[in-house]
Amino acid sequence: MKILVAVKRAIDYNVKARPKSDGTGVELANVKMSMNPFDEIAVEEAIRLQEAGKVEEIIAVSVGPAQCQETLRTAMAMGADRGILVQTETEIQPLGVAKLLKALVDKEQPGLVILGKQAIDDDSNQTGQMLAGLLGWAQGTFAAKVEVGVDTVDVKREVDGGLQALTLKLPAVITADLRLNEPRYVKLPNIMKAKKKPLDIVTPADLGVDVAPRLKLVKVSEPAARAGGVKVADVNELVAKLRNEAKVI
Amino acid sequence: MTALVIAEHNNAALNIATLNAVAAAAKLGRPCDILVAGHQCRAVAAAAAQVVGVAKVLHCDAPHYAHGLAENLAPLVVRLAANYSHVLAAATTNGKNVVPRIAALLDVAQLSDIIEVIDPETFVRPIYAGNVLATVQSSDRVKTITVRTTAFDAVAAQGGNATIEALAPGPDAGLSTFKGEELTKSTRPELAAADIVVSGGRGVGSAENFAIIEKLADKLGAAVGASRAAVDAGYVPNDYQVGQTGKVVAPTLYVAVGISGAIQHLAGMKDSKVIVAINKDEEAPIFQVADYGLVGDLFKEVPALIEALDK
Ligand SMILES: Cc1cc2nc3c(=O)[nH]c(=O)nc-3n(C[C@H](O)[C@H](O)[C@H](O)COP(=O)(O)OP(=O)(O)OC[C@H]3O[C@@H](n4cnc5c(N)ncnc54)[C@H](O)[C@@H]3O)c2cc1C
Ligand SMILES: Nc1ncnc2c1ncn2[C@@H]1O[C@H](COP(=O)(O)O)[C@@H](O)[C@H]1O
Repeated sequence: MKILVAVKRAIDYNVKARPKSDGTGVELANVKMSMNPFDEIAVEEAIRLQEAGKVEEIIAVSVGPAQCQETLRTAMAMGADRGILVQTETEIQPLGVAKLLKALVDKEQPGLVILGKQAIDDDSNQTGQMLAGLLGWAQGTFAAKVEVGVDTVDVKREVDGGLQALTLKLPAVITADLRLNEPRYVKLPNIMKAKKKPLDIVTPADLGVDVAPRLKLVKVSEPAARAGGVKVADVNELVAKLRNEAKVI
Repeated sequence: MTALVIAEHNNAALNIATLNAVAAAAKLGRPCDILVAGHQCRAVAAAAAQVVGVAKVLHCDAPHYAHGLAENLAPLVVRLAANYSHVLAAATTNGKNVVPRIAALLDVAQLSDIIEVIDPETFVRPIYAGNVLATVQSSDRVKTITVRTTAFDAVAAQGGNATIEALAPGPDAGLSTFKGEELTKSTRPELAAADIVVSGGRGVGSAENFAIIEKLADKLGAAVGASRAAVDAGYVPNDYQVGQTGKVVAPTLYVAVGISGAIQHLAGMKDSKVIVAINKDEEAPIFQVADYGLVGDLFKEVPALIEALDK
């Protein structure tokens, strides 16, 4: 079985994003970019399945500008076998990404697609579910545990009340949650090796997919900042403030 | 045209998150129907009919809707969508699971986690861990939306008088099967809707030590939450996680104990009315959002606080 893993190049999770002063978008010039953290977990899971002998090939896919090649090289340094960049300079929304991934699934015929549950830039949490819908496949979102069988996969999902266990028919789409695994660090020799792995570049037009954005960004703004608070000397002052000033207890 | 809200429930009771989604639908200025799809969920349909602002309840009952499986629920909603301008659900794990699938089947975009309705086509939603607010406009025929519950005051659960219409079930897609669940049992208020939340972080140090947090929570009648670090370390179950990628809460009082205040955590609690932070590091970023900060060792301060609350 082949696995397709979707990796997005996103703002590094340590960076606090700010709107541009003219409100047209987010300030990304000179901002550190990394692989979306959930996608590292997705790649790690694919590698573990390969190490367990369940998977022959791992294909990492990224949609975005030329710099996404770095993201794909990282995925390959972790252990993915090859990469595909769907190159485009325009912003692609989750439905567009899902359609591009579907086109690649049709071509590559993987048995499993693993994505992150959420991109930490747009915070959409949509692409995996959309892809599963477009393919007519089962979906195991917010996965905390994945066990691949012969023609099914068992998934434990992180849900609001705790954990939910599902069995999905293969092929299926899975989205990774935080507790699925702990991604490995990339070792230097593997970075060198990754440079030699195949990386194909295609365009949305090559795949025959219309990726025109459906949602129009009217503006971005900064949320109202919280007014600064005070430090209290001890628990008695704290209780007094909560009772008499804030009146919340 | 009408809006359709997908009810969140466990086949026995309507989850109050649904009331926040109905509140968002009401802001669209049009009538709203509720879909109650489940198994032996007549009581839920009856409860939904009482919700203020609901015109009609669509009650669809079949075993394969018992657990909200997206593979079965999405086609059902798609079948109904021709009659609706908007499809909304609360941004719970169920809502987040199914609404994007519905959107893809309808070939429309989806709007996640909206916090404001500007007009029936224009919405505000947080992006980048809530550090940026995006105003976005959709010209799709059906707008598919998940609603951040803390941003819309729940409509009244009682006082409405909607009609209940039985809806013929669709087929079981046969793609996924429910195998069981491990639900966290608690007698405390539900985290997402609690008035007071006490959360513990890595500073708490162990699952055993979390008893200190629980004791404070019980003293305050609060729900218990946690940072990702506390969940990852196994101190508490995953559903305690507050943050960008966990639960979003906005209680009247949020007490953060042994939590540093990473942006991902702040994203889930910075809309709380009053924030208290207890941390031994006076430089901890959590103090930048705290109304009341107490610098000290939590193992000393929390028991002292519990005592002080008794006075
Ligand atoms: C993709 C992604 C998603 C994430 N999503 C979330 C999320 O949804 N929610 C979330 O919370 N995090 C999330 N995180 C993690 C986040 O970045 C932080 O790592 C996490 O919030 C830190 O948790 P913490 O504050 O408990 O731990 P730490 O940052 O280690 O802080 C512990 C604090 O405890 C204090 N302390 C220690 N001992 C004591 C003591 N005895 N008394 C008093 N204070 C003490 C320390 O001074 C310190 O400030 C996410 C990260 C990523 C990459
Ligand atoms: N541009 C992209 N390139 C590759 N993968 C993506 C892209 N956008 C989204 N994804 C995948 O879809 C997941 C969910 O993203 P989102 O729906 O935007 O929150 C991410 O974690 C990625 O695995």
